[in-house]
Amino acid sequence: MNTSALVVMLGTMLLVTGVTLYFFYRVLNTPPKPEPDSFLDNDDEIERQAPRA
Amino acid sequence: MSANKESWGSRVGLILAMAGNAVGLGNFLRFPVQAVQNGGGAFIIPYLVCFLVMGIPLLWIEWSMGRFGGKFGHHSTPFIVDTMHRNRLWKYIGVFGIWTNIAVASYYCYLESWTLSYVFHSLAGTFSGLDQNGVSAFFDEYVSLGDSTFGIPYEPILFFVICLLLNTWILSQGLAKGVERVAKIGMPLLILFGMFLAYKGFTITAGENGAINDSSVGLNFLWTPNFDELWSPTVWLAAAGQIFFTLSVGMGTIHCYASYVRSKDDIALNAMSAGWMNEFVEVVLGASILIPISIGYLGIDGVVNLVNSQGGLGLGFRTLPYLFYQWGDVLGAVAGVMWFGLLFFAGITSSLAMGTPWMGFLQDEFNWRRRPAAWSFGLIVLLLGMPTVLFFEYGVFDEYDYWAGTVSLVVFALFESILFAWVFGMNKGWREITSGADIKVPGIYKFIIKFITPLLLLWVFIGSLITPKGGDWAGAFRNGWVLDDGSIISKIKNTSLKRQLAEATDPAVIEQLQDTLFFVNASRILLVAMFLSIAVLVYMAYKKRVREGRI
Repeated sequence: MNTSALVVMLGTMLLVTGVTLYFFYRVLNTPPKPEPDSFLDNDDEIERQAPRA
Repeated sequence: MSANKESWGSRVGLILAMAGNAVGLGNFLRFPVQAVQNGGGAFIIPYLVCFLVMGIPLLWIEWSMGRFGGKFGHHSTPFIVDTMHRNRLWKYIGVFGIWTNIAVASYYCYLESWTLSYVFHSLAGTFSGLDQNGVSAFFDEYVSLGDSTFGIPYEPILFFVICLLLNTWILSQGLAKGVERVAKIGMPLLILFGMFLAYKGFTITAGENGAINDSSVGLNFLWTPNFDELWSPTVWLAAAGQIFFTLSVGMGTIHCYASYVRSKDDIALNAMSAGWMNEFVEVVLGASILIPISIGYLGIDGVVNLVNSQGGLGLGFRTLPYLFYQWGDVLGAVAGVMWFGLLFFAGITSSLAMGTPWMGFLQDEFNWRRRPAAWSFGLIVLLLGMPTVLFFEYGVFDEYDYWAGTVSLVVFALFESILFAWVFGMNKGWREITSGADIKVPGIYKFIIKFITPLLLLWVFIGSLITPKGGDWAGAFRNGWVLDDGSIISKIKNTSLKRQLAEATDPAVIEQLQDTLFFVNASRILLVAMFLSIAVLVYMAYKKRVREGRI
């Protein structure tokens, strides 16, 4: 490949892949909000229940 | 009281469903062709700029509008936008958010059914032993409802109905157990298949298996920047248009999905994650398959001719199945299954999203249950979609695609950006975007959403409305304005068809063109009738709300 094409391709692909992985990592590692939240799968997890007032 | 009690199963499921909504056939068939036609590597600069100043703002606008409407129990755009301002006319702008989805689903499900059918034909070895003309002739025979290799009468109709039944059944299972489950299976498989095919695209060697070029020739062609093109408004218009198609903004599906997110939960990070996932599929995978493989076997001139005459769709369905078999019968079949399989997953995750606003509307406003609402969507799409199947050769498919899948997205996005930033108010809008956010939203976006995004959308709309001949803007300003056949005004006037008709001398061609003109106008009447019908339903829903004291 010629140099300019290689630079544009690698620059773009690395940038897009990096940002995609970064945001997905943030999603996976951000603690969920206490119940009731928007998602059904974690409804029964005791540690996530909001403390009673 | 609404019958709508839907919820998402998990946050990752929501993001995959939202990314699946955005990832469609255009990521693999449209993006590489647009890049090639608009300056190769230089296209990516306006493309990424448009993503940052138009795509991301629209994602945040639509996610926050959806979540805001969801607080009031609304899951479709007519009543989501109705909650944002007291002017009751806004809800009729919101009709776009249902109409676009039904109209697009009507031809998109047909396209999706081709991919399903081609998966089976790849498995059955239909394309083995066919030359390029043979594969192309198979496609022509298929879309003209001719003889079927499987011996099934009206095979395209059968696959269309199977596809619709599958969509409808999944929709009837609900968000968590239907849509989300498909996204959780489909998206990883799509990425896996895409990575395999991209690997093949990167490793073609001239002289092996009939290849005439190394992969590098195709990659150079796609990625070598042509900076002269960077100053062309046509390139910027193409880049902005591609951002629309790829992110599925201006449709109403994002609003609907986001309306099931509670107000304390994040939307800012979710929107970024889903949006960038779509960009990964488009820029990294989409750019590494179609063009490098085609140029490897057909050369640059051959591919340019094919792209100009058949577009990405032609390249994907008429040419790639033949090229895959250059790798041998087994690998050819495997690559065919993977290619059409990934297109199928890209398609179905989008078409499912198109069903949800209509279903949400019926459940919210008329207390329909989920299953009948899903089946009503399937029935409407079947009725509206059959003309695209039966009269494909008369331009019905393209007509639906142009008005519902292109023009209406820009129109609705323009209205919603003005509503959000200027009518609802930027301060309230900013609070909606940042409320519950798991990332810090850069403050510059307050300015971008208020000024840049609406102006850019206005420019895209006006640019499409009065596109000068050949996209030569400088020439048009200098020498007088002659409209291009692709401009909205010329399309409305059927300029191109009428000129072809005036120039034709062969009676058979004249008859074909007259029929095409009839079907083009008939499709428009059908689409307008559909829009008006939904508007009437919205009016009835409004009156019902007034009667029940809900407004």
